[in-house]
Amino acid sequence: MDVLVCVKRVPDSSSQILLTEDAQAVDGRHVGFTVSPHEECAVELAARLADATGGTATVLTLGPAEAVEQLRNALALGCGAAVHVEADTSRFGPADVAREIAAVVREHEGAGSPYDLVLLGNDAADSGDFQVGIRLAYALGRPVVNGAKVVELADGVATAHVDGPAGAETWSAPLPAVVTVLEGGVEPRYPTIKGRMAARKVQIEQRRPAYEPGGSRRTRLLLPPPEPSTVQVLGKGAEAAPAVVDLFEKLGVR
Amino acid sequence: MILLYLETDEAGIAETSLETVALARSLAEAGGGIAIRAVLFGGLPEGVAGQLAAHGVDEVFHVTGAGFEAFSGAAWASALQALRERTGSVVVAAGGSPRGNEVLAHLAARLDVPMAANVVSFAGLAPFVVTRQVVGGAALEEMRLDQRPALFTVAGHSWTARAAVTPGKAEWHEEAPEVAPGDLAARIVSVGQREAVRPGALKRARVVVGAGRGAGGPDGFDGVVELAELLGGALGVSRVVTSLGWRPHHEQVGQTGSRISPELYIPCGISGAIQHWAGCSSSKTILAINTDPEAPMVTKADYAVIGDMHEVVPAIVEELRRRSGA
Repeated sequence: MDVLVCVKRVPDSSSQILLTEDAQAVDGRHVGFTVSPHEECAVELAARLADATGGTATVLTLGPAEAVEQLRNALALGCGAAVHVEADTSRFGPADVAREIAAVVREHEGAGSPYDLVLLGNDAADSGDFQVGIRLAYALGRPVVNGAKVVELADGVATAHVDGPAGAETWSAPLPAVVTVLEGGVEPRYPTIKGRMAARKVQIEQRRPAYEPGGSRRTRLLLPPPEPSTVQVLGKGAEAAPAVVDLFEKLGVR
Repeated sequence: MILLYLETDEAGIAETSLETVALARSLAEAGGGIAIRAVLFGGLPEGVAGQLAAHGVDEVFHVTGAGFEAFSGAAWASALQALRERTGSVVVAAGGSPRGNEVLAHLAARLDVPMAANVVSFAGLAPFVVTRQVVGGAALEEMRLDQRPALFTVAGHSWTARAAVTPGKAEWHEEAPEVAPGDLAARIVSVGQREAVRPGALKRARVVVGAGRGAGGPDGFDGVVELAELLGGALGVSRVVTSLGWRPHHEQVGQTGSRISPELYIPCGISGAIQHWAGCSSSKTILAINTDPEAPMVTKADYAVIGDMHEVVPAIVEELRRRSGA
């Protein structure tokens, strides 16, 4: 089975957030870039599914020239092919991104190399739109399962496990299908030296966007004003224990 | 007119849904008294009609029948789409829960209109501009929703659920729309029982004791587990801890884990990166235990103890036992 997994280059959110001067984007220059935790798990799932079924996992990104770094990383983590739609992502809203992914899927299908499954993260760590995967499914006329932790493929059916509000849900969708992934079902592997060397040799399919983007409807980004610290230090080390238990009693949690 | 997709749990209308009603009321008032209509699906707990009336909902559509026995984002959205058309609603909103976001994304794709996820407020009506959370709530985005219907979900804990000054009629309609087979292509085939320790328990706990990198390793959690037990609370951990495989993912608090809102959160050895803060910022009171007085978690907390969690936590446990006379 051939699996396409979609990733997005995003600023690393383990550090402080700064905005660009025009307040249109998060300035990642000083913090470094990564992909969302959900997408790390989607890449792992794609690699495992392709391995188990004798197929190929292809990683796709829509992003600037630098996003090739995220593609090479995924190639080092078990993906065998990569597609780069080079574009200024700030001009692309979630509907635009879904349409571009659909264009790649349809073209590969037309060329006789269709994807049985498309995996995406449930939501991107930066824009948090919660909709690209679902819009993609509609653009392709395929079923979609949202928020899966684990996916299995057998007999032309994708079986996905979702943590629902009432318990563990098992979903079934006929292939070809779209599944969006949440972190926590699989442990992403660490890249090996051999994997990194092999990743460097893969020829990345370079593309331009197929459509003029409609845009994100973003007016501007804002940072919530930093609230002045009002922390009350109860003490240092073990000596603070009585003050802590006093606080528990005051809050009525003991 | 405003149409809301609302969720229910064992107790009635879900908290995030009632928060969504609160934002909708504010929007309805700003728009000069627009009617609020709610859509509910499947089996319902008792008393929801009264609850919705108290919260100012004018009309309720209860959707049941073939195709609505088990959750399906596409089927739910198809019913919402039909009700949207029939009522001529210009706004469709839902809580920013996994299902709220999923159903509205389906509706947005079907109608080919934009959708704003995790809205915290609206900045203007003409043009309709909403402010929403991005980067796990570390930044906000102002977004224009020019097309109608305008679709958005409401970020959890950004509004407070409270009864309306003027109750609504909550006029009840039973609905059993048809579902196209294509909308049931992806479907739930089984739902397992919840295990005893699941994210639900973490989300509902009154006290959560957190632990991060400062735990030092997989054996560094005995103290925090004991403290959580003594306080009748739950253990929550940072992403570092689950990524290193020290604790299971279902204990993770953060942007890609559980979002918690306990009475008291006690993060121990957690620096407070954005990823983690996104999951715990709704805690009523935060008591941080950390060696670094400059750590974001300490400066953002209400109370702090500066020290090594492996010294502070056992001392708190001992003090608790001493006062209990044990």
